Amino acid sequence: MNSPKINIKSFGIHSVLIEWPNEVSELILDKILHFERFLNKEVFTNKEWELVPSYNSLLIINRTKKIDFEKFSFNINQWYVQLKETPKPDRYLWRLPVSYDLEFGIDLEMVANQLHKTKEEIIALHTRATYTVFGIGFLPGFMYLGGINKELEIPRKAEPRSKVVKGAVGIAGKQTGIYPQESPGGWNIIGNCAVPIFDASKENPCFVSVGDNIEFYEISKAEHDLNKIEAEVGIYKPEKIIMDA
Amino acid sequence: MLKVLKAGFYTTVQDSGRFCYRNKGVPVSGVMDEMSVFKINSLLENEESSAVLEITMTGPTLIFEKETYMALGGAEMSATLNDLPIQNYKVYLIEIGDMLSFGRLEKGFRSYLGVKGGFTTKEMLGSRSFYKPITKYNRVIDNDMVSYEAQEVFLPKISEIKVDSFLDNLVLEVSKGPEFDILSDKQLEDIFSKTFTVAHENNRMAYQLTETISPHKISMLTSATIPGTVQLTPVGKLIVLMKDGQTTGGYPRAVQLTDKAICILAQKKGGDSISFKLV
Repeated sequence: MNSPKINIKSFGIHSVLIEWPNEVSELILDKILHFERFLNKEVFTNKEWELVPSYNSLLIINRTKKIDFEKFSFNINQWYVQLKETPKPDRYLWRLPVSYDLEFGIDLEMVANQLHKTKEEIIALHTRATYTVFGIGFLPGFMYLGGINKELEIPRKAEPRSKVVKGAVGIAGKQTGIYPQESPGGWNIIGNCAVPIFDASKENPCFVSVGDNIEFYEISKAEHDLNKIEAEVGIYKPEKIIMDA
Repeated sequence: MLKVLKAGFYTTVQDSGRFCYRNKGVPVSGVMDEMSVFKINSLLENEESSAVLEITMTGPTLIFEKETYMALGGAEMSATLNDLPIQNYKVYLIEIGDMLSFGRLEKGFRSYLGVKGGFTTKEMLGSRSFYKPITKYNRVIDNDMVSYEAQEVFLPKISEIKVDSFLDNLVLEVSKGPEFDILSDKQLEDIFSKTFTVAHENNRMAYQLTETISPHKISMLTSATIPGTVQLTPVGKLIVLMKDGQTTGGYPRAVQLTDKAICILAQKKGGDSISFKLV
């Protein structure tokens, strides 16, 4: 495959933004992550540099120094051409347990009514899909997941809640995701996941990376309560499967 | 320990920031006004990344429980040491039991307190900067203790500096943001000709501006943002992301503040005026 064209933009004096074609595409995301991996391994090997991938872009940031844009963008183009010689990064599929019990899924009945389905059908549609993490942002550990079934598309709530609990699983528009911490939020809440997506006490505070896949599976309220205790004492390990690169 | 008798309006521990976790959605945090803190840490001959107290609008009342040296900088808040007025950017010897308090906010919005060696609160993900839930608290509260190491002898090379204050500066210098070229001529003209008022919705995450410019229907994919990014919402509102700002966003990034402009804006409060200048 020919590499999709990149567009390099200056963004302040400490960072440079690389953009790929403006579309939500697994192929483009693959290319971005491949390039990110190459840059991390071969070029930006010290902690002075940070890379932030998202959907169709990759931001390269230097902590303190000014970047010479002309020289830097020339180099980026050179590095992009060399890319094919490096192995692709490992990517994982994470299977996350969700309790869709009405105690957690506070909007589940409303969602089912509005979409003319049963609660069971909503749960089946939500657990059947494999989602791709196209970005992490908004809050620490908040995943932008692509791949929701069209039949689950529902507008966000007209009035956002001032408080959505940690672990709440929501759907809105073409997106689904998990609130990694308590926060205000406008998504329709259909369940809860007790797995801590973000844990600041760990060296790698968020086990998920951009490009990983996510699947949800249904568990009972009792199992959820057990997961929650395991998570609180730090012994819960999320289930991961290595994906074919 | 530094004992916090009264916490003031919004007082936090901040250092130079939390790096290398932005790909996990963690804001960089750190001091809002780097220029003022740089001078304080230089006077105290501290590391550039030493943690200071960031004091917003209304100052705290503090008791030092260990000997040290301190310096203040940033906003002018009528500070007193044991009830005697003290000045910014000057090193003071601190003895056990000394009391630092603050009075009227005269100029600016954020004042900084540095001590010799910096504050030594717990590091989380490589930084002491408060940001909940990375750190346990988002700000210090009454009766908190903030740790630092005792320092008995220190002969500063320079004990006092006169600074060119930028607290009265109203012009924010900016460069083009990634979506600058797709904004309309009218929008760009508005950005650079209008005077904007800082809205009361201003904090460490973002500063909103009151006046709006022409709305737009630009749709873009979520992409990275950095401190100083000026986002343009569909209704024409400008939002300047600051140090605790989210790491990605879906609004066009119209312009980007320079490092100095971030410091200038960090010293503005609701009701203050600013304007943008392209450099």
